[in-house]
Amino acid sequence: MTITKPKLRFSRKLLAIPYAIFLFVFVVAPLLIILYYAFTNGDTGKLSFENFANFFSGTGGQTFFESSRFKTIVQSFGISIASTLICLLIAYPVAYIIAQSHVKNKMGLLLLFIVPMWVNFVLRINALKELLNWIGVYNKSNGWNIFNTILGMVYDFLPFMILPIYTTISKIDKSYLEAAKDLGAGGVSAFVKVTLPLSKAGIMSGISMVFLPSMTNYVVSNYMTFNHTKIIGAFIDECFRNDLWNLGSVTALLLLTLMFLITWLTGGFSTESETQSRGTSLW
Amino acid sequence: MAIEKQETQRIIELKDVCKEFDGVSVIENINLYIRKGEFVTFLGPSGCGKTTTLRMIAGFDIPTSGQILLNGKDISELPPNKRPVNTVFQKYALFPHLNIFENVAFGLKLKRIEKKYVDKKGVERIKYEKLPKAVITEKVKKALEIVDLAGFEKRSVSTLSGGQQQRIAIARAIVNEPEILLLDEPLGALDLKMRKEMQLELKAMHKRLGITFIYVTHDQEEALTMSDTIVVMSDGSIQQIGTPEMIYNEPKNTFVADFIGESNIFSGVMSRDYDVRFCGKAFKCLDAGFEKDEPVDIVVRPEDVRITTPENGMLKGKVTSVIFKGIHYQILVQCGRYEIEIQSTTTPKVGEQVGLCVDPDGIHVMKKKFRVNKFNGVITKRNTVEFGDGEFECDVTQLYPGSHLDEEGYLITAKGEKLDLTDVEVNVEVGLHDITMSDNLDDGGAQGHIISLIYKSEYYRYIVRTENEEDYVLACEDLWNENDLVSLIIPKEKIRLTLKNTEESKK
Repeated sequence: MTITKPKLRFSRKLLAIPYAIFLFVFVVAPLLIILYYAFTNGDTGKLSFENFANFFSGTGGQTFFESSRFKTIVQSFGISIASTLICLLIAYPVAYIIAQSHVKNKMGLLLLFIVPMWVNFVLRINALKELLNWIGVYNKSNGWNIFNTILGMVYDFLPFMILPIYTTISKIDKSYLEAAKDLGAGGVSAFVKVTLPLSKAGIMSGISMVFLPSMTNYVVSNYMTFNHTKIIGAFIDECFRNDLWNLGSVTALLLLTLMFLITWLTGGFSTESETQSRGTSLW
Repeated sequence: MAIEKQETQRIIELKDVCKEFDGVSVIENINLYIRKGEFVTFLGPSGCGKTTTLRMIAGFDIPTSGQILLNGKDISELPPNKRPVNTVFQKYALFPHLNIFENVAFGLKLKRIEKKYVDKKGVERIKYEKLPKAVITEKVKKALEIVDLAGFEKRSVSTLSGGQQQRIAIARAIVNEPEILLLDEPLGALDLKMRKEMQLELKAMHKRLGITFIYVTHDQEEALTMSDTIVVMSDGSIQQIGTPEMIYNEPKNTFVADFIGESNIFSGVMSRDYDVRFCGKAFKCLDAGFEKDEPVDIVVRPEDVRITTPENGMLKGKVTSVIFKGIHYQILVQCGRYEIEIQSTTTPKVGEQVGLCVDPDGIHVMKKKFRVNKFNGVITKRNTVEFGDGEFECDVTQLYPGSHLDEEGYLITAKGEKLDLTDVEVNVEVGLHDITMSDNLDDGGAQGHIISLIYKSEYYRYIVRTENEEDYVLACEDLWNENDLVSLIIPKEKIRLTLKNTEESKK
């Protein structure tokens, strides 16, 4: 009797299996768990919306807008917006100069900004902390704490702003600039009317790479302020540490929805040719 | 340009213009002027410097030396936005983030008009004002009408076809009413039919607008169709300037003859005035004023060759190919070693023996720019080179910089690639003074009879013709006799080889 071995057909679909497993275990399953906790009662396990009501109700006789939770949210947004803006203000000129320069080894120049990322991030933040301590502004006042947090965020996320902007600018066809100049535009107006709008996609990409992490990366805020400045990330962390899984899940879910909305509104999901020039290829 | 018409104004003039990129010379000493209202075409193969010349007029490149004068004023250093010149780019370069209206209005919105006014103190001042919106809208509308795309204002660039984008690019340029419109191969991306249509439209547009057009193309037919004047360029210099008829009928050199239209090009000698010898036969021609036995290039257009019976023909040959081309047949006839192209409405059969006639006015004799002997050669298995009826030792490593030969005779390039050069076609150049003659027929790589010698005060210039009618021109201080059979010696290091670029040779 001959044994017919089932042929092991190798198809490309098989290559997707590791990622599918990963996707399920680390993305879909946690998301489902969050959804479960967000929409159920902590004691009975029944479907309810009371967690949302809880989130928006005040604590200890205060209204929601007076509560420390609201303060955390506002502070978090403030820090995120400031960090993103500062990153943009620093990154755009850097990306522009590198992209426009006649230096042959542009990647080498870019590396100067990327290499710091290769050093462990906690170590870097710690070093920055020590530096501030040495100068004498570490944990000095609330104002300094916020400033230091922003400083840490900018320090940490700057490369994520530079790279997509650089990619977009360097992909802009030189003939557009020449056409602008040909039609009478000087250096400044050619930049404002052509380069800047054409690099919008990179800017948007950079913003989304910086904005969300600086809302949630509480390692930075905790280290830079000796746990004094709280951001949303820290709040979520706190919830889970104190067994408030339902509240933590709701917060995480709200944050997720918010991010989705922001990305959608800024055209992050557009499928037009614009997306091609987004710096996403680097990621 | 060649015909002087002083009454019309020179709008732009290039004086001794040179351009180098990183030390490599791209434009060598160009001198030309263009009259107001002319349609001028820069024509040449890719890399001939035509686009660079255009870019210098536009202001994107600054000449390394020399001057560019616009209406007599030096504008060489002026940035593009300060020049009354607009460009239609090869790939259109329409702004993708703007709609059609905004694209066309781009230049108008940047325009500032000078306005004199008297301020409160009664002092006359000048202020610069933007064009009013209504004026811009009106102008854009008109420009779009000119290019037949009225009503396209609100469309986005990406919704337009290539031909439409092309028209918008033209509208965007002409709306600014430039003194000169520069067009850099604007029809290159269009299909043939569209291209023909646009050629005629551009020509009509030129007539209607009265603006000077400077057009760059590598398409000779396009140049002949559209231009008032053609500037034929090659290797960074101007080969000929003239009307399309002049360029076609009286090409100045073999490059122009070869590039414009089809042509048969032969090497020959002027036996005396009105007598030229090529293809092993003597022909009557209309040219005079050459030295006795001066080597010349002869150009015969395919339509100037007549087919007759073998008895009546000046040349006899066998038809090797007949191809129908629409209005005429393209016929190839092999006459000994020479392949001759003929355009005719009669159709001989392939394999038929025919006679060929060329009338004196169909023979164009050109002075040979004689500095070197040029041959077509082939590398052999032994890494020697065969050309001009002979075989010579040569240094094949010069074909690839930094290369060397391994023990088996393969060429190793600088990058480490291993190449077999057998049967590779090469251009061979040998200087006049690098060939020596010898009585001993086994000494040299080729043998032939001396058919001409001319005393040139310091040396004799000899022409040695081999059995198969390849001519070597050489200089020698010693006196030899005509009809001597000699062998030709060329030192290995004096044979200059370059790879044949198959693409270029097709053009």
